[in-house]
Amino acid sequence: MVTYIIRRLIGALLMLAIVSMVTFSIFFVVPRMAGATSEDFANRYLGKAATAEMAAVAAEKLGFNDPVPVQYGRWIKGVFAGAEYDTGASIEQCPAPCFGYSFVKRQPVWPELVDRIPVTLSLAVGASVIWLIGGVAVGVLSALKRGSFFDRAAMSVALAGVSLPIFFTGIVSLVVFSYGMGITAPGGAYTPFEENPAEWAYNLLLPWITLAFLYAASYARLTRAGMLETMGEDYIRTARAKGLPESTVISRHGLRAALTPIVTIFGLDLGLLLGGAVLTESTFSLKGIGDYAVQAIMTNDLPKIMGVTMVAALFVVVASLIVDLLYAVVDPRVRLG
Amino acid sequence: MSTPTSFLELRDLRIHFPTDDGLVKSVDGLSYKLERGKTLGIVGESGSGKSVTSLGILGLHKGTRAKISGEIWLDGEELVSASAEHVRRLRGKKMAMIFQDPLSAMHPFYTVGQQIIEAYRIHHKVSKKVARKHAIDMLGRVGIPQPERRVDSYPHEFSGGMRQRAMIAMALSCDPELLIADEPTTALDVTVQAQILDLMRDLQRDFNAALIIITHDLGVVAELSDDILVMYGGKCIEYGTAEDIFERPEHPYTWGLLGSMPRLDREPTERLLPIKGNPPSLINVPSGCAFHPRCAFEGRTGGKADTEVPALLESSGGHLVRCHMPPELRRDIWENEIKPSLESS
Repeated sequence: MVTYIIRRLIGALLMLAIVSMVTFSIFFVVPRMAGATSEDFANRYLGKAATAEMAAVAAEKLGFNDPVPVQYGRWIKGVFAGAEYDTGASIEQCPAPCFGYSFVKRQPVWPELVDRIPVTLSLAVGASVIWLIGGVAVGVLSALKRGSFFDRAAMSVALAGVSLPIFFTGIVSLVVFSYGMGITAPGGAYTPFEENPAEWAYNLLLPWITLAFLYAASYARLTRAGMLETMGEDYIRTARAKGLPESTVISRHGLRAALTPIVTIFGLDLGLLLGGAVLTESTFSLKGIGDYAVQAIMTNDLPKIMGVTMVAALFVVVASLIVDLLYAVVDPRVRLG
Repeated sequence: MSTPTSFLELRDLRIHFPTDDGLVKSVDGLSYKLERGKTLGIVGESGSGKSVTSLGILGLHKGTRAKISGEIWLDGEELVSASAEHVRRLRGKKMAMIFQDPLSAMHPFYTVGQQIIEAYRIHHKVSKKVARKHAIDMLGRVGIPQPERRVDSYPHEFSGGMRQRAMIAMALSCDPELLIADEPTTALDVTVQAQILDLMRDLQRDFNAALIIITHDLGVVAELSDDILVMYGGKCIEYGTAEDIFERPEHPYTWGLLGSMPRLDREPTERLLPIKGNPPSLINVPSGCAFHPRCAFEGRTGGKADTEVPALLESSGGHLVRCHMPPELRRDIWENEIKPSLESS
């Protein structure tokens, strides 16, 4: 088990290194292939009024003329030790962890991201709890009552859930529940949990449900398929032959095995969402990481985009690491591998 | 409906499954008796209804689409009409089952010990500690070395033979009076097969349980059985003592099974005598005798083979045969045609 954990940890670190290299390449190598010069890069850090000489000086000072690996190394060093951006015209400080410095807003990327993490975290975690419980429960019931009215109805709703985009369900539910009935918050508001938990939940309820609906649908289908498969396994027959009550057979023997693939998908889905639930945040005007990414793209603020990309990748890698470890806890056969 | 005196008695048991293609008559009018301490071997090809019968005895068809009629008497209780909950309480405790492939029949996520403990604690109100001690005892009893250590192993960490031993330990953990072993050695190496059969014989003696061994392997039943029941197309086609079946079999299908059995006392160059054709469809069972399309002696039945279903009739003391040929003719064919060809080495 210890070797398994160590191996997974090394794997995750390697993954992060590769992700950072790919991200770095996308922003600093690919543009060069398209013909961008060091001065073009430097121009991003200068105002619009910058002259060609200023750009040349800045390009040299910022190190855009150095070999690419050196630039990459400097960037990684910034993440751990902080960085200093000297454009010749001004010197900007970017303390560790420095995920880039936005010259559009004249501030480091990381503190801004940190401000937005609680919003995305609240949204993702709350929704995931709802969809996990709801999706699995519906899936199990559908599998056990296969072919019944409930099964058909649930699977139809699930199909709708998978197919309908969030900006549709989100807006419809806003119109109906917030503006129509007035039972949920109108969106755009976020109260930190530690300030007022009740208000925190009230403001997030509709985004949670809308986002959860999308995921619950696919989880219900996945759980149903998994349950149908496991309930036909030989060990289920053994469990029944032992004289176990049917409820124990279903929960301890059937669901336990059917849940393993769900754990995997859940971890990755949650990791992805933590990197920004772009559509949900836009629909409900929540200032989370997804909204941050959208703004960064709209203002063509490359350091911000790169920072968001790295943080999102970090979440996914960490999530898949946790999934791997959980998997070994759930399925003892994995520990061998 | 009178209460039988035998420990286990099946009367005209029928288990039918309605499917989209038609009614599958997996078991079609099966009757037999079994006493405590005795072993019954049920032999037949895949799809002859062997396993469906035993699952029926355990009540595992309750709540499914299966249509069950007839009677199953276990120790004076009728089980077909009993409630699912009542049969559930008997399962594991009064009657237990050993399955074919212990790797797929044991839950991969729980240790062997956990699975035995679970089986024991459903029927006994004891602490986990007591149940664990019992599980270790059981593992030791079925010949697993270092049971106090192996109790915490997962099924995939056991070898095939050890896994089947663990499965037997689980089935015997509640001291069942009826033990059904469904192809207990099929998934095992030949060397391990013999060990498991020896183990089952010893344990049956210790526990004085009634034992049903289901197999397609005549060698296995020859080792263990007092009585043998040969099934074909959901029906019993021959029933008798092990001696009856091996020394004076009377049904052409049984002859075929004996002819298909590899034996060391035959010349290596000699070919086996397989039964031609495939097992019958259980939806469109052949008319008349279900075996007639594959029977080499169909012509000697007086033209009744494909028109009349033969009855299961007593040939000699307790030896039952379902065949249109008269008993004298069958014995004659066995003595003069079949037996010499089996022994022609």
